[in-house]
Amino acid sequence: MPGVAPQLDRYSTVIAIGAVAIRLNTTDSGFLEILQQRYEGYVSDEAQAEFEFDVDLLPSPFLSPDVDLSVTRRSGRWVLDRGDFRAEFEPARRYGRIQQTANPYSIDAVMRIVHTLVLAKQGGFLLHSASAIRNGKAFLFAGVSGAGKTTISRLAPPDATLLTDEISYVGKRENDYVAFGTPFTGELAKIGKNTSAPVAALYLLAQGAENRIAPVNAADAGRGLLANMLFFAEDQELVHWAFKAACDFVDRVPVYRLTFVPDARVWELIT
Amino acid sequence: MSRKVYIARSPRIAARKLGEETLVMAAQGSTLFTLNPTATILWQAADGVTALDDIVERHICSEFEVEPEQAMRDAEALAQELAGHGILLISEQPIPAVKNSPVQEQYR
Repeated sequence: MPGVAPQLDRYSTVIAIGAVAIRLNTTDSGFLEILQQRYEGYVSDEAQAEFEFDVDLLPSPFLSPDVDLSVTRRSGRWVLDRGDFRAEFEPARRYGRIQQTANPYSIDAVMRIVHTLVLAKQGGFLLHSASAIRNGKAFLFAGVSGAGKTTISRLAPPDATLLTDEISYVGKRENDYVAFGTPFTGELAKIGKNTSAPVAALYLLAQGAENRIAPVNAADAGRGLLANMLFFAEDQELVHWAFKAACDFVDRVPVYRLTFVPDARVWELIT
Repeated sequence: MSRKVYIARSPRIAARKLGEETLVMAAQGSTLFTLNPTATILWQAADGVTALDDIVERHICSEFEVEPEQAMRDAEALAQELAGHGILLISEQPIPAVKNSPVQEQYR
């Protein structure tokens, strides 16, 4: 008799990145496997999650893949649109819904955006930077594509723990900042270790003829940080919170310009 | 300038003085502006009720060796430029206090 036979109609997994756990629900067991492989090391055993998303899989993208990302807020509900996905997120209900095809790239983009939105009010942010822990301290290496994030990650010595080679996760804890590992990878395609440490310094990367660390003034530090922050919405309140997060960070954390040649000796400067 | 001109910071921006400079971010387009130390003085004094010539006299001419006429021309040019970017309001009447976002309030 149709509809009577017991069956499992929903699969669920919790992905915990930084201090934020997000439950993803799907009706497709194959997609569940994709998620668990994609976020290996970040799949949480915790039953509780701060946010929950239902993922509706579509047979094909509903928009052109070339459509630019749009992140807008309407009546407390965030709407995320790109050629390959459409998502809605209601922070007050701690619930969202994602429509996409069964690929890990679309949900990766949604995860980054959601974390950015959640972190902003908490004083944290995602940053285009590599990050690593050494001697119990976290160091961030920020720069645009080609600045050397992958290179400096590849050159990391054995005693350094790589948190990410592409997107750093910075959370605020009282008056300190903590860098967390992320599964968001760059060219190195190596998922960062799921651990954390207090942020000791932010380096703005530049490649040059010698290894050199130079302090930067406060305004340059703020500009350098804002230029590398992940930022998706033209929303006045969010702009304010992101700006405040960046300014507070450079008030408390030393920021330097790190010029380096691509060999391992640069890490002698990072202690 | 024969008529009084008043300037006020737009409520649709976030701003913070970092060192001697000020970063200003417009909500529209998330555009970032950097004000040099002199422009920072003007920015901080842009309360909507103090006329621009008074700001120049009190805060620019008293601090820097500059001819008052030149200082006023420079201030007017800067004010017009910032207004053109939508981050400063200019009026020939005092500008009533506008409600700023909670974030901006902290940096006034």
